[in-house]
Amino acid sequence: MKTNKITLVILTIVAIFATSCRPKNAGTAIKGDAANKSYVAPGQYDEYYNFVSGGFSGQMSVYGLPSGRLLRVIPVFSIDPEKGWGYSEETKPMLNTSHGFIPWDDAHHPELSQTNGEIDGKWCFINGNNTPRVARISLKTFRTEEIIELPNSAGNHSSPFITENTEYVVAGTRFSVPPDNANGDVPISSYKENFKGYISFISVGKEDGKMDIAFQIECPGVNFDLSHSGKGKSHGWSFFSCYNTEQANTLLEVNASQKDKDFIMAVNWKKAEEYLKAGKGKKIPAKYVSNTYSDITHSAKSEMRTEVTVLNAKELKDLCYFMPCPKSPHGCDVDPTGEYIVGSGKLAALVPVFSFDKMIKAIEAKDFAGDYDGIPVLKYESVLYGEVKKPGLGPLHTEFDDKGNAYTSFFVSSEVVKWNIKDLKVIDRVPTYYSVGHLCIPGGDTKKPSAKYLIAYNKITKDRYLPTGPELSQSAQLYDISGEKMQLILDFPTIGEPHYGQALPAEMIKNNQVKIFKIEENKNPYATKGEGESKVVREGNKVHVYMTAIRSHFAPDNIEGIKMGDEVFFHVTNLEQDWDVPHGFAVKGSNNAELLIMPGETQTLKWIPDRVGMIPIYCTDFCSALHQEMQGYVRVSPAGSKTPLTFSVGKQAPAEKPAQ
Amino acid sequence: MRNIKIILVFAAVGFFIACGGGNQKPTSDTPAETPAAAPEKADAASYDPNRGEGKFNEQNVTLDPKLNVAMAEAGEKIVGVKCTSCHKMTEERLVGPGWKGVTQRKTPHWIMNFITNPDAMIDKDPELQAQLELCLVRMPNQSLADEEARNIVEFMRKNDGIK
Repeated sequence: MKTNKITLVILTIVAIFATSCRPKNAGTAIKGDAANKSYVAPGQYDEYYNFVSGGFSGQMSVYGLPSGRLLRVIPVFSIDPEKGWGYSEETKPMLNTSHGFIPWDDAHHPELSQTNGEIDGKWCFINGNNTPRVARISLKTFRTEEIIELPNSAGNHSSPFITENTEYVVAGTRFSVPPDNANGDVPISSYKENFKGYISFISVGKEDGKMDIAFQIECPGVNFDLSHSGKGKSHGWSFFSCYNTEQANTLLEVNASQKDKDFIMAVNWKKAEEYLKAGKGKKIPAKYVSNTYSDITHSAKSEMRTEVTVLNAKELKDLCYFMPCPKSPHGCDVDPTGEYIVGSGKLAALVPVFSFDKMIKAIEAKDFAGDYDGIPVLKYESVLYGEVKKPGLGPLHTEFDDKGNAYTSFFVSSEVVKWNIKDLKVIDRVPTYYSVGHLCIPGGDTKKPSAKYLIAYNKITKDRYLPTGPELSQSAQLYDISGEKMQLILDFPTIGEPHYGQALPAEMIKNNQVKIFKIEENKNPYATKGEGESKVVREGNKVHVYMTAIRSHFAPDNIEGIKMGDEVFFHVTNLEQDWDVPHGFAVKGSNNAELLIMPGETQTLKWIPDRVGMIPIYCTDFCSALHQEMQGYVRVSPAGSKTPLTFSVGKQAPAEKPAQ
Repeated sequence: MRNIKIILVFAAVGFFIACGGGNQKPTSDTPAETPAAAPEKADAASYDPNRGEGKFNEQNVTLDPKLNVAMAEAGEKIVGVKCTSCHKMTEERLVGPGWKGVTQRKTPHWIMNFITNPDAMIDKDPELQAQLELCLVRMPNQSLADEEARNIVEFMRKNDGIK
């Protein structure tokens, strides 16, 4: 008891000390009403969906806000045995690339589709950083519908940031490399000569969301880090932060931190469209895949593309401009009006705010400080609106509210700082635990932020949760920002490294959810529409099992005549037509995952038997009171044996005379 | 519309409490989506076991004494996809009861209400509750359109010997 009091006194002292400088302790007092603000009672719904990067898990997670409850993990770039993603024959093509099948990637930035600069609730995009790709996820099925690979890129980090009507998903390469079509077998010392930075503009179909690389822009070989597109008056422009303008190829932490200023590159993509129309784009050979998943055939296809149209930023005037930005800028964020561009120099002791109007004037007046590899560099003073002085240490990212305020994360000093865009004065600062990266305000990078909450996605959790060995939970923190002061109301653990997240009001999409797939519309070539159609067909050493699942049996559930050397394809159709009744399917000893088949869907598990015997199959997803009975047997005979191929359901052998 | 939904939710909650709470995981939001399920009908006391619960009644479902062959054929197709996994056309029970004689035991509108609105009816109909104790599998909602349900009834009549 005494110890408690002492602890309390110490904590109080620490707390007082903490507010006077920058708190590093976990024990900061939470105000009394925090629990009420984040509590969502059992059976009640959350107010927002929060789409959060799964980081190096390669997936995307979905949380409810303000509760922080995990609602779903959507498999995107990585295989997911739980859902059969990347294991079923139907989903394998989604993870195909020009390098072949890749089971993993490093996902970073979810970005919700927009119409007129506002979130429209159609899709969420996310980037794969390692093997450059962009995925599109449907907000009706919460599934990945499409993945497109990006040629001439490496480290697809400044991606996938969209334009205000989702005309384009924009992506920039973080690691400049020799273009795919050029000889990459060059000395590393030839970086300046041979390495290029490619920016991709991916067009998005208005109705179907279909992605295609409309064009790429070849830029100098620097590291493109993050991006945002203009809105309102600046619609038609995209902005990219760049670092390593030193063009270093080793020990970048020192060698890419030499210059006082790097750049924010402004790209006039409307001008790019004009150049394309005028035939200024060069078609160059490239190899990249376009993978699409259909909810009608319940399967994916992967198509190889062989060409991409490239515009050259050095040759084509008025396409790209550099704005000097202090010290290795990371975040590059555009305010809701489209006038202010906030650059966050990781190593800078201030936050510069650029003015779009001033940038246009400077371009018109050719107010250049010089050029960088043939691209005009505008004068810092001519494009600068102002600087936020002494904001904190290590600025990374900025989101916006609807009242003219900006919220910037500071990695080194572990805090969120709220400041006014007009007068550039700091209004409030709150600690994060610890080392915050991205921030999210629902709609906080759009024209219409819905600024009730702010989520901080942290890089380090240290002492925030019960310890779990050397690897600790990743974490996010929820702040109420409805008042003048920000208030921490919740910590919640996340999967992978959360990187960025975006949120939208639940009302926008919760009533659009697909509940079942209509069995009548199932066009999978291996669909079995009714138990009467179930069958087993041998084609050489390939055996196709046309199987149905319904509470609570498979048809057929007895199969004999499979032989060693066969490849067996279980095409399982879930005949259920009610919400929340998936069936699972697993085979003993299969070097594969399970299938998880939604109502009305067909999915295929490939199995190569490795031994003679009776192999049980069963449903893995508890489906009814008789779920434990949902099982069957497959008899595997030696190669060349004469066991005839038979299959059945509901045929019980008489007890006294066992089946042959 | 919102008010109606709220009333329905309360009514449904009330029912759940009255019958001791279902331990079944909720399968769908059927009550809110069935237009004819007026709030007062959600009360077990006012449940009509001859009509069932749903949008069909004696007025909107009428039978011709003769079989409509086209409808029965259309019905048979749907039955093959959505029903025969669990039901035999004889009197024998598979997962659910055999269909032989069902059109003599039950009114067509009861059948149509049940197959389009099974969850609500399994919760209230005494005969269905007795059946559940035997089968232990709740009949799934197979998302049948009204016309499909009617065609299935016609096929059931054919199965029962109507010509």
